[in-house]
Amino acid sequence: MNSVTTRNTLRVIVLILVASLVVGPLLAAFFGGFKTNAELRTNPLWLPASWAPDNYLSIVFDSSFWRYLGNSFFIASMTVFLTLVVGAAAAYVFSHVRFFGSKMILSYLLLGLMFPFAAAILPLFIKVRDLGLLDTYWAVILPQTAFGLSLAVLLFKAFFDRLPKELFEAARIEGCSYVRFFWSFTLPLSTPILATVGVFVFVQSWNNFLLPLVVLNDRALYTWPLGMMQFQGEYLTEWNMILAFVTLTIAPAVIFFLAAQKYIVAGLTGGSVKG
Amino acid sequence: MTTMTQAVVSRGGAAERFKRTIASGRLTAVLILLPPALTLFSLFVILPLIDASYYSGFSWNGYGSPSNFVGTENYQRLFDHSVFHTALRNTSMLIVVSLVLQMPLALGLALLVYRKTPTNTLFRLVFFLPFILAEVAAGLIWSFVFDGDYGVTASLLQRLGQDPVYVLADHQWAFPAIMTVIVWKYFGFHMMIYIAALQSVPKDLIEAAKLEGAKPGQVALFVQIPMIKHALVVSGFFAIIGSLQIFDVIIPMTNGGPSHSTHTIVTYLYTFGLSRLNIGFGSAAAVVLFVLAIGVALFYQRATAKESRA
Repeated sequence: MNSVTTRNTLRVIVLILVASLVVGPLLAAFFGGFKTNAELRTNPLWLPASWAPDNYLSIVFDSSFWRYLGNSFFIASMTVFLTLVVGAAAAYVFSHVRFFGSKMILSYLLLGLMFPFAAAILPLFIKVRDLGLLDTYWAVILPQTAFGLSLAVLLFKAFFDRLPKELFEAARIEGCSYVRFFWSFTLPLSTPILATVGVFVFVQSWNNFLLPLVVLNDRALYTWPLGMMQFQGEYLTEWNMILAFVTLTIAPAVIFFLAAQKYIVAGLTGGSVKG
Repeated sequence: MTTMTQAVVSRGGAAERFKRTIASGRLTAVLILLPPALTLFSLFVILPLIDASYYSGFSWNGYGSPSNFVGTENYQRLFDHSVFHTALRNTSMLIVVSLVLQMPLALGLALLVYRKTPTNTLFRLVFFLPFILAEVAAGLIWSFVFDGDYGVTASLLQRLGQDPVYVLADHQWAFPAIMTVIVWKYFGFHMMIYIAALQSVPKDLIEAAKLEGAKPGQVALFVQIPMIKHALVVSGFFAIIGSLQIFDVIIPMTNGGPSHSTHTIVTYLYTFGLSRLNIGFGSAAAVVLFVLAIGVALFYQRATAKESRA
């Protein structure tokens, strides 16, 4: 019995140690946002001497901060919407409609699982420019959707395959068309997988840096990671302002994570495992 | 009821069947539901990758159409460029650290917290937290931690009576610092994969081993880890593919410096291809990245195929 308690104590000590290494930098950023630069020099890690929210307030009252977040939110939402509709539509065809060449087309779409996004970034820049989409939201939304499709189709198809076949047959006999069945039965019955894929796509889009960096030059369209780098460039060594900015921008992600952790963990690990 | 009898009556005959296909909307379904996905995917995934290999044969700044064909010169310049060697070496280091340090760390922690208890759930969430943060944000926070004037490492060293080190401006320390951040950011992801696998290991197997007198370490080593081999392979695959594409973390931390010592393949192709509008040259680097990724994917497929046959 004794060795079991010692082992458990050791286990908890290790876990707390690792947890503090994980949370430490995040807390340092949060505390740092309350400090002056002079205080930050002598006390980078611990609680601030006073909880003066000036840095945070000056960022919150700056309209460009909200524009960055708004841009990111719009781009992420549109990417989720498009990926769900387009991906589910394709997966539905592979799952329910038998036709010549369907297997080949499916393997073609799944090729995307192997392709690294970064390898396509230069020609994507050229393509987006030639289509006249540079400095538009679509320059980010469309390629993101395209690169998210493979995993989405794979997960949707696996889910649709498990939906009860009897329902489909009954609806066919009643004269329900394929397209209508997709809208009024398949999609409503698939909310768990739609949520999982949706959350996965949203988080990826929200955090995306490389693609917006390459295709957006107009500051009015900047997503928050670009805005954050811009802000860092303006404040350079004023770490207290930078830390306040970082804290405010990651706060939505942390809150979202705590609220929707079930879907996030399922989407980000379960989803990619099947991929 | 009428539709049902009609369906029964019209059975038989190829022409009839074709008519029924159209009437039932099967063709319309395919023609409406499939093209959006195919168009988007071809336009923004497949075509750019084909373009990359085409552009890599030209010396081209991205304006007009590529006309100055240079054959394999871009590849020769690439493989002669010492910074590209550094980028390849750094990328390999990332792979090694992910496999040798990060995965065992993640596995060890997974074994400590895989049981379903409230405290374990809390720790799991904490460990997973860095994974959902944007790489750029993580990079910025850590560049503060490593800052020579303000940072946490600087004040720690000062307390020990040492001179502060500008970690990210130091040839020797900049890349290890980046690797620390990568491990910090991604170990939780791998841990979650292992936890899911560990929870599906049959309990009676573990009980049986314990009855035989196996210690917890032995149970882990001889029962649990062999049972989750598939999860290990999967997470290894993600570790390699992920390491090949590291970019976001490096830009805020070192931007490839000091003196180009912390480039990876992707920061290299961004810095030397895109920022300087050497589209042809950058595309050659992209093709190398692409070939490496495909190689890893094929190797992975063969490995898992072998495993499922065995």
